[in-house]
Amino acid sequence: MSADHSVKRLSAAAAEYGIGVAFVLELVLFAILSPYFLTAENLLNVTLQTSITAIIAVGMTFVILTAGIDLSVGSVVAFAGISTTILLKLDISPALAYPVAIGAGLAFGVVTGGAAGVFITKFKITPFIVTLALMTIWRGAAFVVTEGRPIWELPEGFAVLARGRIAEIPIPTIIMLVVFGAAHFVLTQTRFGRYVYAVGGNVEAARLAGIDTNRILMQVYIISGVLASLSGILLASRVNSGQPNSGLMYELDVIAAVVVGGTSLFGGRGTVIGTLIGSLLIGVLRNGLNLMNVESYVQQVIVGVVILLAVMMDRLRK
Amino acid sequence: MDTLLSMNGIIKKYPGVTALDEVSFELKQGEVHCLVGENGAGKSTLMKILGGAVAMDTGMIKISGTAVAVPSPAVAQQLGIGVIYQDFKLVNDLSVAENVLLGQEPLRGWKMIDKNLMHQRVRQVLVQLGEELDTRARVGTLGMAKRQIVEIAKTLVRNVRILVMDEPSASLTDQEIRSMFQVIRRLKGEGVGIIYISHRLDEIFEIGDRVTVLRDGKNVKTARIAEVDRRTLIRWMVGRELEQEYPKVPLKRGTEILRVEHLGAGRLRDINFTVTRGEIFGIAGLVGAGRSELAHVIFGASPREMGAVYLENEEFNPSSPREAIEAGVGLLTEDRNRYGLLMQMNVRENISLSRIRDLLRGFRIDKTKEEKAAQGFVDQLKIKTPSLEVGVETLSGGNRQKVVLARWLFTQSKLLIFDEPTAGIDVGAKFEIYNLMNDLAERGIGVIIISSELPELLGMCDRIAVMCDGRITGVLTREESTQERILALATQFNEETISVR
Repeated sequence: MSADHSVKRLSAAAAEYGIGVAFVLELVLFAILSPYFLTAENLLNVTLQTSITAIIAVGMTFVILTAGIDLSVGSVVAFAGISTTILLKLDISPALAYPVAIGAGLAFGVVTGGAAGVFITKFKITPFIVTLALMTIWRGAAFVVTEGRPIWELPEGFAVLARGRIAEIPIPTIIMLVVFGAAHFVLTQTRFGRYVYAVGGNVEAARLAGIDTNRILMQVYIISGVLASLSGILLASRVNSGQPNSGLMYELDVIAAVVVGGTSLFGGRGTVIGTLIGSLLIGVLRNGLNLMNVESYVQQVIVGVVILLAVMMDRLRK
Repeated sequence: MDTLLSMNGIIKKYPGVTALDEVSFELKQGEVHCLVGENGAGKSTLMKILGGAVAMDTGMIKISGTAVAVPSPAVAQQLGIGVIYQDFKLVNDLSVAENVLLGQEPLRGWKMIDKNLMHQRVRQVLVQLGEELDTRARVGTLGMAKRQIVEIAKTLVRNVRILVMDEPSASLTDQEIRSMFQVIRRLKGEGVGIIYISHRLDEIFEIGDRVTVLRDGKNVKTARIAEVDRRTLIRWMVGRELEQEYPKVPLKRGTEILRVEHLGAGRLRDINFTVTRGEIFGIAGLVGAGRSELAHVIFGASPREMGAVYLENEEFNPSSPREAIEAGVGLLTEDRNRYGLLMQMNVRENISLSRIRDLLRGFRIDKTKEEKAAQGFVDQLKIKTPSLEVGVETLSGGNRQKVVLARWLFTQSKLLIFDEPTAGIDVGAKFEIYNLMNDLAERGIGVIIISSELPELLGMCDRIAVMCDGRITGVLTREESTQERILALATQFNEETISVR
């Protein structure tokens, strides 16, 4: 009787929160399977590992909400990391070098996002093609600029960005939470956020309602570019080098996190909270499987299956 | 005549509502039986049950006296039931023949499609319909009238005996409706029973043999068309007496609000007219005459190439809808579901969308202020919605139109252009929309109505501009306006135009 009741309540909760329930179940499962899983150290570690793709996923959420896609993010990660690390090696005072190098890395995000926006809005090329081309361009450029070799011997302080902690919490985790908080605020509370949903829901109806739809599209690709660059800089700091092949295939992990988080690929529906849970769900899965010594090839299979199950659960909710 | 179909005691309940409450319906061979009622009366639910798309709770369906079950659209097809929906279900990139025989392609060896036989069979069916149509033409290149012929042909090759037509005239011109009626008469002659659903009463009186009225999921009356008049039919549908269909309030013409001089753009040439406060200005014309294009140009949604537009005597040259809205112009688009509303958004968000800047407090949208504003319009326009937070997709056509209107009132429009304002809206809600137009005109807002329903223009407008092939061929005052005169102007193709085409 009571078991039946609790099953009913659980399924009702699943219907309402979908992916959130799946995430909690996952946490419970790993907590049972591995004694180390539920330690503060491990949980912080998961957030640190997840932060790089999760930050990109925020930008991707904006793009997908407008019914677009950004395949260039992985290559942007690499090129931003390289731009920043090259500039860090210039012979100028550190007080100047850090702002210049990091600023330039982020500025690159504005440039690539802006370029994507121009091709999509002015030349009416589909986002898939435009960002596919940019993906190839920046990956190639990263190898050309570095002649295929990583950039080593960076100033000592740079690694602190990704390896440091404030009040025990890893800096990338803090950055990730700030980015999510800001994005959530923007999407739910501001005019820009409202317009993003409107453009994604029906671009022509939005234009006829007086929204400058091209401008909104430009802006979401710039947001995606800048956040991918930010992740690229954090990743470079973490590996303490500029790697031309970093961020390879990130676009797929990121899109998976966004979709698992319940954002519709057709635009107009979705939240960054969902994206955060989607990112963590995949991150926790990888972490838990590592703790249980599951082989990495097997892990890939399991991650794929979980993505399908999670999205299926979300569909059943609707 | 033999009874072809009888549906008896049909009950269908959805959580919270009884969509159909013991509804009965009968169709004879070779009969056109019209099914009318306001939105939500249960017409479409009844037809979905017949078409196998929805299961009934209880009830009995008999075809030619035999009880049948219709669990799926496929079974409905086998039983000879064909349904043509308002939005056609055609594949635009395939040819006429391929569409007609979709899923029934004649095959030769190796499962290859026998193209000759396919075209031959479709040509036969088209002859049967009295239509000349290239069976190799891509459906996407055809006009709406021809696409409908393709839909009808599609049901014919499936041996249709019962044909349901849901608002078949919605996207057709008057002439095209005439020729569709010819096709319907031919089908009748062959013994096909036709269930004809329409909001346009004129059509029902022209083509129908009998009419069944539904209201709130119940049978109101079934009668022979010859034995009812328009007024009675409306009373049955609405459930009360409407004093008149078009509640026109004559107002004094005020100052000029819009002046269009020698406007040219695309197919539009040398357009001249003025609209004053206090009048309702109509624009008539056949589909394709350029009426909606004109609205889009004035609204800044399409570029203007020549001429000048003055809004309150000031030069008005919007390069985007945003600028037009800023200046006080609002457009209630033709297809409100596709171009007017954001379907995935709720009532509140749809109302505030075009003027969010008035609701900002810093970066944030002040939700309390937004709710207050939206609620104000819901009350003022009597929008029937359970709350501000429900999606607009759950609202009826009339209430959706009111939500769009609320948006343009919130932006404080001085000039409103209604493009087909009552398409797909039932009689009772139409009446409310007309009353709202009167209110708007009385408040000094310029009102332009573009409509394919001549009675609506004749009933509501003070002056009517008639368009043909991108030009205005005449502007008639209320006294001068008659159906005949408007039609004459609407078909006034001059020789120059014909040679250009």
